[in-house]
Amino acid sequence: MKSLGSIRKSFAPWSDPDAKPYIVFRNVTKRFGDFTAVDDLSLTIFEREFFALLGASGCGKSTLLRMLAGFEEPTAGEILLDGQDLRGVPPYRRPVNMMFQSYALFPHMTVEKNIAFGLRQDGMPKPQIAERVAEMLKLVKLEKFARRKPHQLSGGQRQRVALARSVAKRPKVLLLDEPLGALDKKLREETQFELMDLQQDLGLTFVVVTHDQEEAMTMADRIAVMDHGKIKQVATPPEVYEAPSSRFVADFIGNVNLFEGPVSEVDPSGATIRGADGFAIHAANAGTARKDETAWFAIRPEKIRITSQQPEGAGPNSIDGEVWDIAYLGDMTIIHVRLDSGKVIRASMINSARGSDNPLTWGDRAWISFAPDAGVVLTN
Amino acid sequence: MQKLLSAIASRLVIIVPYAWLLIFFLIPFLIVFKISLSTSAISMPPYTPAFEGIGTWLESARKFTVDNYVWITEDALYAKAYLSSVIIAAVSTVLTLLLGFPLAYGMARAPQSIRPTLLMLVILPFWTSFLIRVYAWIGILKPEGLLNQFLLWTGVISEPLQILNTHTAIFIGIVYSYLPFMVLPIYSTLEKMDYSLIEAAQDLGCPPITAFWKITLPLAIPGILAGCLLVFIPAVGEFVIPDLLGGSRTLMIGKTLWSEFFNNRDWPLASAVAIILLLLLVVPIVLFQNAQARAQEAGK
Amino acid sequence: MNTTWSRFNIASVVLGFAFLYLPIVLLVIYSFNESRLVTVWAGFSTKWYGEMLRNEGLMNAAWVTARVGVLSASIATVLGTLAALALDRYTRFRGRLLFSGMVYAPLVMPEVITGLSLLLLFVAVGMDRGFLTVTLAHVTFSMCFVAVVVQSRLVSFDRSLEEAAMDLGATPVTTFFEVTLPNILPAVVSGWMLAFTLSLDDLVIASFTSGPGATTLPMKIYSQVRLGVTPEINAVCTVLIGLVSTGVIAASIVGKRKEVQRRREEQAAFAEGV
Repeated sequence: MKSLGSIRKSFAPWSDPDAKPYIVFRNVTKRFGDFTAVDDLSLTIFEREFFALLGASGCGKSTLLRMLAGFEEPTAGEILLDGQDLRGVPPYRRPVNMMFQSYALFPHMTVEKNIAFGLRQDGMPKPQIAERVAEMLKLVKLEKFARRKPHQLSGGQRQRVALARSVAKRPKVLLLDEPLGALDKKLREETQFELMDLQQDLGLTFVVVTHDQEEAMTMADRIAVMDHGKIKQVATPPEVYEAPSSRFVADFIGNVNLFEGPVSEVDPSGATIRGADGFAIHAANAGTARKDETAWFAIRPEKIRITSQQPEGAGPNSIDGEVWDIAYLGDMTIIHVRLDSGKVIRASMINSARGSDNPLTWGDRAWISFAPDAGVVLTN
Repeated sequence: MQKLLSAIASRLVIIVPYAWLLIFFLIPFLIVFKISLSTSAISMPPYTPAFEGIGTWLESARKFTVDNYVWITEDALYAKAYLSSVIIAAVSTVLTLLLGFPLAYGMARAPQSIRPTLLMLVILPFWTSFLIRVYAWIGILKPEGLLNQFLLWTGVISEPLQILNTHTAIFIGIVYSYLPFMVLPIYSTLEKMDYSLIEAAQDLGCPPITAFWKITLPLAIPGILAGCLLVFIPAVGEFVIPDLLGGSRTLMIGKTLWSEFFNNRDWPLASAVAIILLLLLVVPIVLFQNAQARAQEAGK
Repeated sequence: MNTTWSRFNIASVVLGFAFLYLPIVLLVIYSFNESRLVTVWAGFSTKWYGEMLRNEGLMNAAWVTARVGVLSASIATVLGTLAALALDRYTRFRGRLLFSGMVYAPLVMPEVITGLSLLLLFVAVGMDRGFLTVTLAHVTFSMCFVAVVVQSRLVSFDRSLEEAAMDLGATPVTTFFEVTLPNILPAVVSGWMLAFTLSLDDLVIASFTSGPGATTLPMKIYSQVRLGVTPEINAVCTVLIGLVSTGVIAASIVGKRKEVQRRREEQAAFAEGV
């Protein structure tokens, strides 16, 4: 099998202005009574893309998926799939299949009957159905379990039956609603990679809904971060992490330290924020910051250096404080430093050597510092 | 075409049972109401304004009369029948609760493994004929019946007790017949109750008895209410039990209605009796429906 | 709830069940009494069962009852299932309140009222009273019981199964027959059994709505009971109790077996892992 990386590296239709979008949400709004689940949302997804909708529960991501599947009709706006307007098309006429969070395996049918169900609805001749079912069982490595019923399977096996059933019809798009939510951590990690391989092999477009950022980061080509029915940012995993477009996204994905203050200077070398915590921050990229307006400097914990001595040539981007908390996690150590302003900064250190030679301990004075390009300036 | 079929099918789901209930449940009540306002006649059917379409409607409307209602209010017999029905039903409901609650509570506290069996044992008599179960008591309660034989044999009494054809017999009959209706809703609320609530109460210094009064009982209220309504409402209009166990002297409205209808053949009067009985029961029935709807919602 | 089963709890359960079952047990015992005097034990005999079988009126009534029961239970099951679906699936439609009222009211409505009102309907439209009218009347009140039984199963039914079926291309009608119905079938079957026994039991409504030639078993029993307790009636009752309890107990044992087997297989699957 080809390595995923080489294919992935060259796959970026979203940066190609001529690329034809495959799924288009245009100004889609969905209201349930007074509650607006999806709010004037526009989004394009490309063919063969592995696309993740990420957000907390109730952010509208599942509603978006259910509108694509046809279980909900948008209150306003339109949804196009491969150029076709989906309005009024019932779920059973859409070239889209869904893998349900609960798997929704038919309890009264065997594994093979479950997989054959969709094919039978299409009126496929029996020999062909049998062939396709066998192929699917092989794909998910469940050949031995064909005659079992769902309750005679373990959680991981059920998940794979659900997957086989939803791809058996070769849909244009596969929708996955929290596909790994019911699995334990270890199985989840393995399955993530299986899903990615499967998507490459079948050449399908995947739209996955998840609340687990790690899952989204691992699997997706692009991630849409959603909140209150709106999309906050759509970007590749590294972009979302390293260049979040807002404080919400920065805070939602991973951990972040935010320094707030007025922008004192904007020049070609970047921007300077006069932080409220008693030290100046110089950022290499000014972003959208404008002079005299409030801005936030966002920096990830692993990009902060901690030293017991003042770093040499210290100008901006460094300050001292008291070691407030230390958490040893094995692969890394997390240190909380309390600045004199009362703000607590989170920094992490990779434990690349065995044994701790960390000279810092609770109550010590320590210096934190970071490079000008280690974080981003945010204005909203 | 398929889509149209599906749309029609989804409408039929509502329309068919709806239409059935309108025709066989609601419209009959309107007819009862109408006939209760007509004068009785000896012909067959024994009431005058017949249903011969819209044309005769106006004509028959002029013949409407409230005589039947006046008659019912003037004759103290009916008032007594209504009153004693309500009292007998209320007393029986309380007795059923007193017997049913400990039973339901005991079942809910039983080991998990035998609970389904206990539940089935409560439901089983409900499946067996009501009439048979009432009939069974005749043989037990009559003067030379099994209960008296037993009591005489043990020497508790020296002369047979007159139980059959008294109110006591009716109470026994109602409690016995309706017990499962009381036990089931109470059991299902108690069974669902999280026992750690009791443990929490005890942990916070509440002795078991107080915990029962302050935690278990309030939480069981919905079940108790549903059980009481399930017993009270049908008991008010009960016919078989007062007829078989209560003897001729017992006055209950279900019996009165029956005899007006079958013995006196006065259909309009029987209809008026039914309408007033229905009015008496409107409030409990609405309460029951609300409880039922809420229980269904809570299940979701 | 899970805790110690106190002596008080055991006593209330035992007493409660004694009260529930003693009369039935006595009735059954005395159906085997040699003597015509029901309360005097004169030795074991099955002669009353023979007597019962020779009683033509009784046997006719039993046949009428069986036919009414099967027919009305079947229609009531269809209508009741539809009503349950309507209540569960359509949370908003015009007249829903009236509809749910009409479904729940017959559960508690005194039978004399239901019987009288149905009779007056049949008279009003000029229908001859008999087999058909009793059946219609029984359908009407028993469909509501079916609706409640089926609805309680639908509440716990996972709707995503239906969505999955539709997602895989099944139309709503196909979805109902291939996915929904097989899954709520146990409730539908117990709904049928309930409707059948309700019809089998009913005296009051049948008395109002039946006519000559359509005397049901409870009506026959009632007319004899009014004349006094006889061992022959005890025998009829014993047969009825036997039939119904065999049915109910068998159904529940089958259900329990399946449940146990299912749980065992589930555990085995998880023990196997992956």
